[in-house]
Amino acid sequence: MSDALLTLKGVHTHIGPYHILQGVDLVVPRGGVAVLLGRNGAGKTTTLRTIMGLWQASQGAILFDNAEIQKETTPAIAQREIAFVPEDMGIFTDLTVHENMLLAARSGAIDKERLNWIFGLFPPLKTFWQSAAGNLSGGQKQMLAVARAIIEPRKLLLIDEPTKGLAPAIINAMIAALRELKEMQTTILLVEQNFSMARAVGDTVAVMDDGQIVYSGEMAELADDAELQEKLMGLSLEAHQ
Amino acid sequence: MMMKLLSGDSPRSKMLSAVLLLILFGLMFAPFLFPGTRSLDTAARICIFIVLVASYDLLLGYTGVVSFAHTMFFGIGAYGTALALVNMGASYSAIVLGTVCGALVAGAFAFVIALFSLRVKAIFFAMMTLAVASAFLVLISQLSGITGGEDGLSYRIPREMTPAFKLIKEKVLGVRLNGKLITYYVVFFSSLCLFLVLLRMVNSPFGRVLQAIRENAFRAEAIGYKVVRYRSVATILSAVMAALAGSLMAIWLRYTGPATTLSMDIMVDILLMVVIGGMGSMYGAVIGAVLFLLTQSYLQDLLGILQESLGSLPVVSDVVSPERWLLWLGILFICSIYWFPKGVVGRLRGT
Amino acid sequence: MSDSLIKPRIERPPLSEVIEAKAPLFLVPVLMLIGLLAIGSGSTWLTLTAAGLAMGMMIFIMASGLTVIFGLMDVINFGHGAFISLGAFAGFTILGLLGGWIESPSIALNLGAVLLAVAFAMLVTGLAGYGFERLIVKAVYGQHLKQILVTMGGLVVTQQLIYVIWGPDEIVLARPTAFQGSFVVLGAAIEKYRVLAIAIGLALFVAMRLVLSRTRIGLLVRAGVQNGEMVEALGYPIQKLFLAVFMVGCALAGLGGVMWGLYQETITAHMGAEVMISVFIVVIIGGLGSIEGCFIGAMLVGLLTNYTGFLIPKLALVSTILLMGAVLMWRPQGLYPVVKAH
Ligand SMILES: Nc1ncnc2c1ncn2[C@@H]1O[C@H](COP(=O)(O)OP(=O)(O)OP(=O)(O)O)[C@@H](O)[C@H]1O
Ligand SMILES: [Mg+2]
Repeated sequence: MSDALLTLKGVHTHIGPYHILQGVDLVVPRGGVAVLLGRNGAGKTTTLRTIMGLWQASQGAILFDNAEIQKETTPAIAQREIAFVPEDMGIFTDLTVHENMLLAARSGAIDKERLNWIFGLFPPLKTFWQSAAGNLSGGQKQMLAVARAIIEPRKLLLIDEPTKGLAPAIINAMIAALRELKEMQTTILLVEQNFSMARAVGDTVAVMDDGQIVYSGEMAELADDAELQEKLMGLSLEAHQ
Repeated sequence: MMMKLLSGDSPRSKMLSAVLLLILFGLMFAPFLFPGTRSLDTAARICIFIVLVASYDLLLGYTGVVSFAHTMFFGIGAYGTALALVNMGASYSAIVLGTVCGALVAGAFAFVIALFSLRVKAIFFAMMTLAVASAFLVLISQLSGITGGEDGLSYRIPREMTPAFKLIKEKVLGVRLNGKLITYYVVFFSSLCLFLVLLRMVNSPFGRVLQAIRENAFRAEAIGYKVVRYRSVATILSAVMAALAGSLMAIWLRYTGPATTLSMDIMVDILLMVVIGGMGSMYGAVIGAVLFLLTQSYLQDLLGILQESLGSLPVVSDVVSPERWLLWLGILFICSIYWFPKGVVGRLRGT
Repeated sequence: MSDSLIKPRIERPPLSEVIEAKAPLFLVPVLMLIGLLAIGSGSTWLTLTAAGLAMGMMIFIMASGLTVIFGLMDVINFGHGAFISLGAFAGFTILGLLGGWIESPSIALNLGAVLLAVAFAMLVTGLAGYGFERLIVKAVYGQHLKQILVTMGGLVVTQQLIYVIWGPDEIVLARPTAFQGSFVVLGAAIEKYRVLAIAIGLALFVAMRLVLSRTRIGLLVRAGVQNGEMVEALGYPIQKLFLAVFMVGCALAGLGGVMWGLYQETITAHMGAEVMISVFIVVIIGGLGSIEGCFIGAMLVGLLTNYTGFLIPKLALVSTILLMGAVLMWRPQGLYPVVKAH
């Protein structure tokens, strides 16, 4: 396996009086898709937000491309070519789809070719290009959220539950998109509750519980080992399969 | 006994207790300790403002709600008493009726404002009260047929409360025992009672719920307290208290006008007193009012001397000119919000 | 098969919702009509309407900065009024120096003096806004109570500084020659200065809308109003945006101050705090954070003040409070509530 693009070493995060992350160790290999699993409230979202600097890590180190980023501000972290798709999608509902995409393209202009590729992945975005993003359906908003993250090439994508509440057909479109990105050597850290989705795209996997990583390894190993799955996450995963 | 009077809310610091006792005795014996019209007037104002500021602190410090309508309620109380005295003549029944009506009207107004704006956002309430209070001020200034307009109302109060009434012929400790003295003690003891009532309120279970709401409205709601209802009740109580203070002012001055009761300058003064004295403690109101009013009366003299000695330096002498004392208080105000949000009381308590 | 599933269409909202959404747009014409019926005389109505629109435009200029600042950074600057006064004093200083230009009958010189005064006022208030944000507001983002108190303190200090710099007396200055007197239109006298105020206000409104919809900064502001965190996550330093918007908002207050001062022909250190009453009413009516709402609210307040000022003079200000109450009963968050993502 190639070297790590992102490494979390003993990261702790406090939100107000609550101690949420309690020493998270996580490695995201360069060019691979790492999946973060875990039951509701395990701390997956908090982990992504801590990486983005939206929560401050109170202890521990976050290394991206061999640089420590845990003390940097969110914009500075984003400018290191990290894109974030939050759990609530973070769509600017008053802006059109076009304007949403325009803001995501920090260079100031949208690359035509790349846009056509994205339209290929998510056709509704082309149809509703000039509509207010607030009028999009839930699935279309999710497509827009991912499209925003990939409108320019980024080194790392942090995607939080892109399949939450989506119809199977849209989930398939999402899987297809992630597979293409993977082929383009984009590194992805994906939070996912849907195990079939996780298995379809993941290379490595880490399982969280109560603010700590309780298992990490190759996806293939976990996928083949029903007993291990049972042991780790019987609660959450089976229900989703 | 003492603790019971203070509703169990002791000053919790030797320094603070000493200062408070000093203030209490100073005010209680003010006519004898500091003879003269000006100092008696300052003492009476201090008494009234302690109640006014403490009732504002009930809202700001204990409930976490910013209102700019406090002078409006103060004015409603003052005008209530003033109008009763003007229209019914100088009688005690006029004073009682005017005071009660003023308090009721203030409470009703507070209720309506709370109804409209407390549901939304703290900021909304602040803006709304500012707008309403300013409009009220303009309205009162314009309805000159009833309120005397800008000139305000002058009226007589019962003879026993005026300087013309002599209790005994001889002076006691060099002070003439006249009706003015009686009025001072009416103001003093009424203020003391109102203050103790406020102290009781904030230390009651009701007061503790208010503080819980201030700390975390969301959690208080989750525990089952109706946040909006508690805030509304606090707004109403604070308005009623302000109105009562206004009635005292009307009696003391024998004059009621926009400048002495409703003006936004007084609102700013109240803010300064609460914050500098110490938000969230009734004793802060005492310290704030005393400090502020003494400064207002006497610091200007001091700055005047300073300015004279600096007379030759143009800008510097402008900055220390006695009219500019608000500049320094404003800066002190901003600094206290940042660096000692518990004000002088917090300092004295060493927290 | 999957393709058809991916292509759901956007549903058209029902007609009643469309009307409900557009209803605030009809308020201004409706108020004008009511005004006409109540006043009776067409030419009086025309004069009052022009006065009302002019006043509304000036209030809009002052209020727009306040509302955008609130929308973007959740800060209500209670010291905004100080910038109005500061702008007026700065502008009048320039006008005082250019006495010759003002008294000359040449429109070009008149206009030049006003433009210079406005530019200087906006520069001064913009820079003062920089200081205000850094020194006073920055430390209290997200803490409403402290924000209100601290900006109120800033108001007191700034007013006092105006006294220190310009002295305690009011300043009286006649309007430039070209903007004195009135036009007569359809038998109604319309003051020239009011026409200028309406023109400037409209131009500003259009310019603001263009900036907000066509430029990247405008997009960022609109996006930031909704979800500042996501703007940061896309890589934009929102603190800088805050600062820039704060400065622009203060500069607009300064512009409004000069215009208001020229309208009244007298300025005092507390004039800003006085107009702030109407500004707050406008911002509340419009919905905190909404430019469109602010514009409509300003027109309503301007017109209503002038109509009632004519019909029942003593109730002019109170009527706007009643209007605010009525609007809040209809829409508790104002005409155009701004939807926040968090
Ligand atoms: N703003 C907040 N304030 C207080 N606690 C929070 C906050 N955000 C998250 N938490 C707590 O942190 C813990 C972890 O939350 P997090 O959102 O990271 O879980 P998650 O693994 O993403 O769950 P889910 O699968 O439901 O999205 C939870 O117990 C949650 O209640
Ligand atoms: Mg989550």
